[in-house]
Amino acid sequence: MHSVSVKDLSLSFGPVEVLQKLDIDINDGEFLVLLGSSGCGKSTLLNCIAGLLDITDGQIFIKGRNVTWDEPSQRGIGMVFQSYALYPQMSVEGNLSFGLKNAKMPAAEISKRVGRAAEILQIGPLLKRKPAALSGGQRQRVAIGRALVRDVDVFLFDEPLSNLDAKLRADLRVELKQLHRQLKNTMIYVTHDQVEAMTLADRIAIMRDGSIQQLAKPDEIYNRPVNRYVADFIGSPSMNFMQGSIGAKGLTIGDVTLSIDGYKSATKLAKDDVIVGVRPEHVATGNDVADAVYCTKVTADLLEPMGADTLVWTKFAGHEMRFRMDGQVRLEEGQEVEIGLSPENLHLFDKVTEERL
Amino acid sequence: MADLAFKDACGPRPKKAFTLPNFIIYTTLTLLAIYYLAPLYVMIVTSLKTMPEVRLGNVFSLPQEVTIEPWIKAWATACTGLNCDGLSRGFWNSVQILVPSVVLSIAVASVNGYALAFWRFKGANLLFTILLFGAFIPYQVMLYPIVMILRDIGLYGDVWGLVIVHSIFGMPILTLLFRNYFSSLPEELFKAARVDGAGFWRILIRVLLPMSAPIVVVAIILQVTGIWNDFLFGVVYTRPESYPMTVQLNNIVNSTFGEKEYNVNMAATILTGLVPLVVYFVSGKLFVRGIAAGAVKG
Repeated sequence: MHSVSVKDLSLSFGPVEVLQKLDIDINDGEFLVLLGSSGCGKSTLLNCIAGLLDITDGQIFIKGRNVTWDEPSQRGIGMVFQSYALYPQMSVEGNLSFGLKNAKMPAAEISKRVGRAAEILQIGPLLKRKPAALSGGQRQRVAIGRALVRDVDVFLFDEPLSNLDAKLRADLRVELKQLHRQLKNTMIYVTHDQVEAMTLADRIAIMRDGSIQQLAKPDEIYNRPVNRYVADFIGSPSMNFMQGSIGAKGLTIGDVTLSIDGYKSATKLAKDDVIVGVRPEHVATGNDVADAVYCTKVTADLLEPMGADTLVWTKFAGHEMRFRMDGQVRLEEGQEVEIGLSPENLHLFDKVTEERL
Repeated sequence: MADLAFKDACGPRPKKAFTLPNFIIYTTLTLLAIYYLAPLYVMIVTSLKTMPEVRLGNVFSLPQEVTIEPWIKAWATACTGLNCDGLSRGFWNSVQILVPSVVLSIAVASVNGYALAFWRFKGANLLFTILLFGAFIPYQVMLYPIVMILRDIGLYGDVWGLVIVHSIFGMPILTLLFRNYFSSLPEELFKAARVDGAGFWRILIRVLLPMSAPIVVVAIILQVTGIWNDFLFGVVYTRPESYPMTVQLNNIVNSTFGEKEYNVNMAATILTGLVPLVVYFVSGKLFVRGIAAGAVKG
């Protein structure tokens, strides 16, 4: 059984279509990440699932029950917000128990549940404090606890880590992953951070302009992006794109021609202009060049050392290109470097539709 | 490091205590303060003088013989028409008008502002525009129609009629105040409360109002000063036995028979102005802060 199903969901504000005929089935216990740049409709979709926004068309099912017209509190969801949204005048305990009191739960049961949530999230010593006296990470834990005590089927996260500094964000990311392992609830997580998406998700839905571009496992999205947008969005630094064309001898980019025998295409490749994509980390350097199908020498125009790696900016076949080198290799700007390309690491996209070939 | 030469800049920058710009600023401020405080000074010294001394006409001179007789007379025994119980009657009338008016108008306006800020129902903007339009209607235009309405519902001349009028006329600005304040609160808080199963009233009372102390204080100040200082509605919609303090003051000062008792008039005027004055002194800072808080986001 699917935990959450969104069927044919549309949302318009007047003439503006914010979400367009979305269909998503989320499995029981799955961690789904909605990923996209700002304004793509990912938070809007989450708000629709939560029942905080009325949809224009379609249906939403949670645990097989049609909740399209239900109030947020009746849907069996808990939500965690970017700004934490803790009630400032209530203590941590008050924040955790507010939802339960609204549901007129007996006091004994409330204190049992609050105690359990406090234990899981390790916020026991903070229960009597006001939110103002908590750090960002502690506040976010309380916000998660507020969803936890209600014993819901589905957790909804709306960019929960965006307000935290980089180090804390990395720590809480791991904690969230452990929490998911422990609770085994269905979780839907909205973010614009691809690292969060790749590390947390069982599946990622990449959204753009209110529609889903690709819904797949993280490695599938990374290795076989369905179109140029997804290819460009996922990966940091992002993919290099070049103009090319497919002819009798293979793929031609500028004055370079290489064989594409190893490329796994979805359909038979026609002789046509294409967009060629290659990830900076998939350009072979050093000892790997020997195994590459095509190799050449390029000039390192600019270096961006990042410790473990060095990002090298260069020109390749008339196109700007970046590639990644081992950070320990000594290299000067203006020096020549040998690089190699292999067809299995290339991504070919139709020049017009920008769909993967 | 080389040795720090004594002449070189080192440590905190020295501040000059006396400069020309400072001199100009403080002189101007002092003169303006004197200009604005002079009438108050005249009122206070006059109210402490005896009538023979007032007749000498030296308005700026200090009283030779300090007396609080005028204050007692203004409060307790000054006559208006047949009543000779001074301002005290007006004071209690004003309190009876003020308290329910302030409570009622703030209670209704906070719900209005909450609904307009968070529950964006169909036509909310139109309703808000119409409500704001009410702020621009001059009182005089509405004066007689309201007399007719109050007469028809049987509240003309009743204190409660005046309470209702004050509440209605306070509604546009108070609703605007509350709406803007609530709009400035994070919407996620409202969403979280909805997910937590709180309804319309519970969100307002348990979540939002406890965070609204600054704006409630502003609303109280606005209403207390506005209603206390009102003269027009008070004189039109109530009967002489329930005239508010301002109307009572006017009647004392404008009594046509006998000698003008300037010392009593001054004392009566200060007494009437005391309530708003105290409110301003106690909460002046909060007032400015609250107005600013409501005004940032519209």
